[in-house]
Amino acid sequence: MIVYLIRRFGQSLLAIAAMAVLVFLGVYAIGNPVDVLINPEATQAEIAATTERLGLDKPLYEQFGIFVVNMFQGDLGTSFVFGRPAMDVILDRLPATMELAMVALILSVGIGVPLGVWAGLRPDSIAGRTIMGGSILGFSLPNFWQGMLLILVFAVLLGWLPAGGRGTTTEFLGMQVSFLTLDGLSHMILPAINLALFKMSLIIRLTRANTREVVLQDYVKFARAKGISSRRVVMVHILKNIMIPVITIIGLELGSMVAFAIVTETVFAWPGMGKLLIDSINLLDRPVIVAYLMLTVLIIVSINLFVDILYSILDPRVRLSEMKG
Amino acid sequence: MKLRSIPLLAVLLASGTALQAQDLSIGLKSEATSMDPQFHQLTTNIQVALNIFEALTKQDAVQKVGPGLASEWEATDDTTWRFTLRDGVTFHNGSPFTARDVIYSFCRIPLVENSPSPYTIYTGGIVNMTAEGDHTLIIETEKANPLLPTEMSSLPILSADALGAEAEVTYAPNGGCEGLGEVPQSPAFNSPDIAVGTGPYKLESYTRGAEVVLARNDEYWGGAPDWERVTLRPITSDGPRVAALLAGDVDMIESPPIQDVPRVEDAGFKIVDALSNRIIYLHMQQLEDAPDITGTDGKNPLMDAKVREAISLAINREAIVDRIMGGYAVAAGELLPPPMFGTTERPVDPYDPEKAKELLAEAGYPDGFGLTLGTPNDRYINDEQVAQAVAQMLERIGITTKVDAVTASQFFSRRNNLEFPLYMAGWGASSGEMSNPLKALLATYDEGAGLGGTNAGRYSNPEMDELLKQAMSTIDDAEREKLLQEAETLALDDHGLIPLHYEQTVWAMKSDLSYEPRVDQYTLASEVKPAE
Repeated sequence: MIVYLIRRFGQSLLAIAAMAVLVFLGVYAIGNPVDVLINPEATQAEIAATTERLGLDKPLYEQFGIFVVNMFQGDLGTSFVFGRPAMDVILDRLPATMELAMVALILSVGIGVPLGVWAGLRPDSIAGRTIMGGSILGFSLPNFWQGMLLILVFAVLLGWLPAGGRGTTTEFLGMQVSFLTLDGLSHMILPAINLALFKMSLIIRLTRANTREVVLQDYVKFARAKGISSRRVVMVHILKNIMIPVITIIGLELGSMVAFAIVTETVFAWPGMGKLLIDSINLLDRPVIVAYLMLTVLIIVSINLFVDILYSILDPRVRLSEMKG
Repeated sequence: MKLRSIPLLAVLLASGTALQAQDLSIGLKSEATSMDPQFHQLTTNIQVALNIFEALTKQDAVQKVGPGLASEWEATDDTTWRFTLRDGVTFHNGSPFTARDVIYSFCRIPLVENSPSPYTIYTGGIVNMTAEGDHTLIIETEKANPLLPTEMSSLPILSADALGAEAEVTYAPNGGCEGLGEVPQSPAFNSPDIAVGTGPYKLESYTRGAEVVLARNDEYWGGAPDWERVTLRPITSDGPRVAALLAGDVDMIESPPIQDVPRVEDAGFKIVDALSNRIIYLHMQQLEDAPDITGTDGKNPLMDAKVREAISLAINREAIVDRIMGGYAVAAGELLPPPMFGTTERPVDPYDPEKAKELLAEAGYPDGFGLTLGTPNDRYINDEQVAQAVAQMLERIGITTKVDAVTASQFFSRRNNLEFPLYMAGWGASSGEMSNPLKALLATYDEGAGLGGTNAGRYSNPEMDELLKQAMSTIDDAEREKLLQEAETLALDDHGLIPLHYEQTVWAMKSDLSYEPRVDQYTLASEVKPAE
């Protein structure tokens, strides 16, 4: 187990290092931030002074060197736009994104798993076909368009829900959250649904496929033959066995929901990290872009690591085979 | 059940609107990066700051400079100005406004850390500031600077008391002031205790990414403003911003996309628009070794004034305004829309492709040539479409034009590296007068003098430079205007650059609001009024 952990941990570090190089070079190639940030009326001397102050006059390898040295000291640079440490700027926005991703995750699992099991048990019924048809729709609608449509129907035409923003927030465990107030919740419904629809479809399809496979297994037949109630067969024998792939997907998707809720956040003016990333790219705020991508890499890598460990606990075969290899 | 609930609902609704009548919320297209009015010199920041802070002078909706915190001013000689400060003005924290606050504010500008675009461009030339009593201020400049009162309007005054200054503040240039105490840096301004100004609204809260909330300043010297609370929400994408207005989340938005304007109007909202000080223009690289020009045996045809004129005549500006800008633009013949200071009411170049072809032939290019037209695709209204149209029009007179449209952050870097033989860009004259675009776009590029910074066409006309320099040191308004008019005429007769159109700025709001549209494109909450 320990060997397995160490190996997985080493791989994670390698992924982070590779990402650091790629991100830095990629961001460097976009353009010169001073050209975007400075008032065009500034004279050449002022532009030169600003360039120097931001450290942009140094050659690429030197800038990268400074970045790496600072990173090991936990400093990812100071935002050009906000004049504050890039990590602080991002962490300010983290609770909003986390909250949205969690609610979306609960929605997609809470609705996706039962629907998937239902469709798996009765694949040829009308309900089963409808669920599958719906999931194809959920897959194929572009996120941006789907968000605009939700706003058009529920905010503009019906006027039931607000079109965007985060609404009233309250303090919870030292973070500003909006799920504790009615106003906050009403602001969260549409973006959470928008973010959840795709994942929900994914979970439905995955659950259905697994259910169909598991239903045919001998132990399910045996359980039924023993006369166990069909409720118990589904809840215990089937559900438990389809959870491994579902957990993997949930893990991966949670990471991507936190990191890439960009489209949803932009459409709903949700003040999360994704929106910050887009704004930072437009303004070439390099430290924020780099810090953001490093943070998402860290989140995704740690979730994967956690999921791997989780399955080695759920399924001893994983642990054993990894040890041999 | 139904019957009983209706009166209740009516009461709820009625009380709801009564409360809301005091509140205003505005959807902005970009977010202020700091509440520190001296941090980043950017429209987005300035338009929020001007609700809370005020400057010595003030620009009205057509950028005419009038009194702000200073009630009057005069130039006592070429390099000395005397400002008389308004009496009886207090800051939000109750401390009186005096010359010490002004000196403190100017002293702090060079000390602001990490500023992406510092305000020192306005204060670099100020060599001394002294107070004569509490309400008279003497400012001495290094060289004659006729634009000083205009520049003052961009420099909001902070409260020396709120920021912890000592009782005596003395000015010295470039951050050498004394008596400042510990100078708070920009992040401190998120707190309403530090962001203290004299303006019509006080800062109530600032939640980064979400909203800025302002509260009415009942003690405002100009009379209490109309709204009890103002919420400014950044909604950066166009579609969602329009949706927020339609859904009633906000009362007013800036810059709805012009293709959505008819829909917004049909839904019963009010649209106001005004000509802006932003001109969209074409600039041509006038250096021997300009890149990306084909079919000329290595020569640069853009060096020839006839070719430049031909390009101007080939463009059907009216068609661009009508079909691409939806009527929300005006064909341009100058660098600023008349009747702003220094304009000549020069006629717009006509659309005359036949003459353009003749001119090309005269210049020795009867078969035309090829070049690349650079343009941003997310910076100006419908920028890429305009560039495509220009390319097609040039094609008709034989100039094969390839459009290279890139995102703004790339475009400006590449343009400043002189990578485009022909490029389209925009310029907004923050001072609202002619010396500003002439200095930036047409003066000979000169790092030492700080001239021609955005002249990426490298147009150079020594005669024009001379007139401009003379104008920049002439304090007398009438005389300066004449010099500027001459300088502009020289450069445009030469077709140093080609004006295309002036953008119009659009605001959409509920029908019970009114807003006087501003040339400088600012959305100022303090200028939003209930409709009569």
